[in-house]
Amino acid sequence: MSEPLLEARGIERSFGQVHALRGADFTVNKGEIVALVGDNGAGKSTLVKILSGADQPDAGQIFVEGQPVQLGSPHAARDLGIETVYQDLALAADLDPAANLFLGREVFRPGLLGRLGFLDKRAMARDTVEEMSRLGVRLKDAAAPVAALSGGQRQSVAVARAAMWARRVIFMDEPTAALGVVQTEQVLQLVRRVRDEGTAVVLISHNMPQVLEVADRVEVLRLGARVARFTAADATVEDLVGAMTSGTTEEHAA
Amino acid sequence: MTTVDSRPADQSPAPVPAWRSVGDRIRRGETVRIFGALVILCAVFSILSPHAFPTSANIVNIASDASVLLVLAVGATYVILTAGIDLSVSGVLVFAGVVSAKVMVALGGQSVGVLLLGLVAGLVAGLVWGLINGVLVAKARIPALIVTLGTLGASQGVALLLTNGVDVRDVPFNLVLSVGSGKVAGVPWLVVIALAVAIVGGVVLSQTRFGRYTYAAGSNAEALRRTGVASARHLIKVYAVAGTLAGLAGYLSLARFATTTLGGHATDNLSTIAAVVIGGTSLFGGRGTMIGTVIGVFIPTVLQNGFVVLGVQAFWQQVAVGVVLIAAVYLDQMRRAARERP
Repeated sequence: MSEPLLEARGIERSFGQVHALRGADFTVNKGEIVALVGDNGAGKSTLVKILSGADQPDAGQIFVEGQPVQLGSPHAARDLGIETVYQDLALAADLDPAANLFLGREVFRPGLLGRLGFLDKRAMARDTVEEMSRLGVRLKDAAAPVAALSGGQRQSVAVARAAMWARRVIFMDEPTAALGVVQTEQVLQLVRRVRDEGTAVVLISHNMPQVLEVADRVEVLRLGARVARFTAADATVEDLVGAMTSGTTEEHAA
Repeated sequence: MTTVDSRPADQSPAPVPAWRSVGDRIRRGETVRIFGALVILCAVFSILSPHAFPTSANIVNIASDASVLLVLAVGATYVILTAGIDLSVSGVLVFAGVVSAKVMVALGGQSVGVLLLGLVAGLVAGLVWGLINGVLVAKARIPALIVTLGTLGASQGVALLLTNGVDVRDVPFNLVLSVGSGKVAGVPWLVVIALAVAIVGGVVLSQTRFGRYTYAAGSNAEALRRTGVASARHLIKVYAVAGTLAGLAGYLSLARFATTTLGGHATDNLSTIAAVVIGGTSLFGGRGTMIGTVIGVFIPTVLQNGFVVLGVQAFWQQVAVGVVLIAAVYLDQMRRAARERP
């Protein structure tokens, strides 16, 4: 089997007396949707922050395609092709989707105007339309501010932004928590599409049936360590809940 | 500006462009409504006073009155778009005027060089206060209302200390003759300068990355930070621009009144904020246009002028601006509430 795309080994992280992560491992392979599940306080958020460069581990190693890397900042993670869709989406609601997709990575006009900081809005709009249609996202009004979009469409814009820039992995923190049934289905469809386009997706979710529906694999965290790994097709909700609440040792070691 | 031209054939047909031209955004925004209000206001004053209000001399007068306020309002538009506020401009304006006047008096003479050095002194004086505001807001995370209220008092106080509370009146006469009351093709220099500032400010706001980060900072500062933009540094720059423009306004005021007018700018900050908000910029940040601000500046100015022309006590203007300001903020809140509903 080829090298994992992203691998964390023995990650430790303490906040004062609290051991959030106690030697946690985590693996993401190419072209898969892997769900990261665990009860509240299991260390999911901390692990995701560390793997997206937003927090630094006290100990442990991170590998990208087998090479040890330092994710010292979100910038460093992004440079390695790792993007994160935050639960609050981190969209500027007054700006249109194109401005959000390119926020912090603006395209400038050619020549002198570009050097003066003039934006090439047309090029950014064109690339946004292309990205949206590639992912099958249909926006009512592509030029409207994000605030005018529905919750599902905002989520789609946030996912599209991550998909546009991620070359390797996208972390998604509870992407459907605030959505209705139809919108949830659309977003999950989008997640599959992102995977089919070649980017691995890490899904953090509390919704076990959903996890089993959309993920290829599931990794379970409990008390700051990985306690189980499942192939989604072979697992049941009971398996997951059992591992989340009482798993103690690593199972199904790959 | 056109939105669609001949697109290469490989692109999917996009009947709705994915971005809006400036003109399109203006048409959709409230700018048209504010402009309508301004037109109605002018029409009412013209009907009530057909021989005094709609005359070319009076129009020049209104434009001159508006120009100092417009320079302040351009800076305030940036600050308010970041969901900030700058109350210090009236103090900074006076301080910069005093520094500029003192520098020109100390250098002596009437040459262009002296006038330019006076301008530089005024701009730098404004910039320093702007940087203080920016660092305290962005780095020390003190609310902008408090920071700029503090620097309002401090800058005003230092200006009074520098002058012992007595206006500097020996401003170079050439400055008053040229910038203060001179005209180019019948248009006062003050107006030309203010319009140039507004045009540059508007283009930077709508066309450049600096403008986009300004909107983004007011819309979702955390999102801007997470995309790796040094958002604190951007905020500092925005306050620095506002301070520098207050310095320019101080210099223009010096040129216009031939004195530092220590006590004459106490309500400039509120007039500025009123003009910007009336012009459609949201006090919550993220929404607004420079063209709206330009129109917004003329509403309090026309009110004042119209009341004077009609012989109404000019104090009514303050009352009217207060009412319009509160109404504008209320409307902004309603719009925002309506929009947040999914």
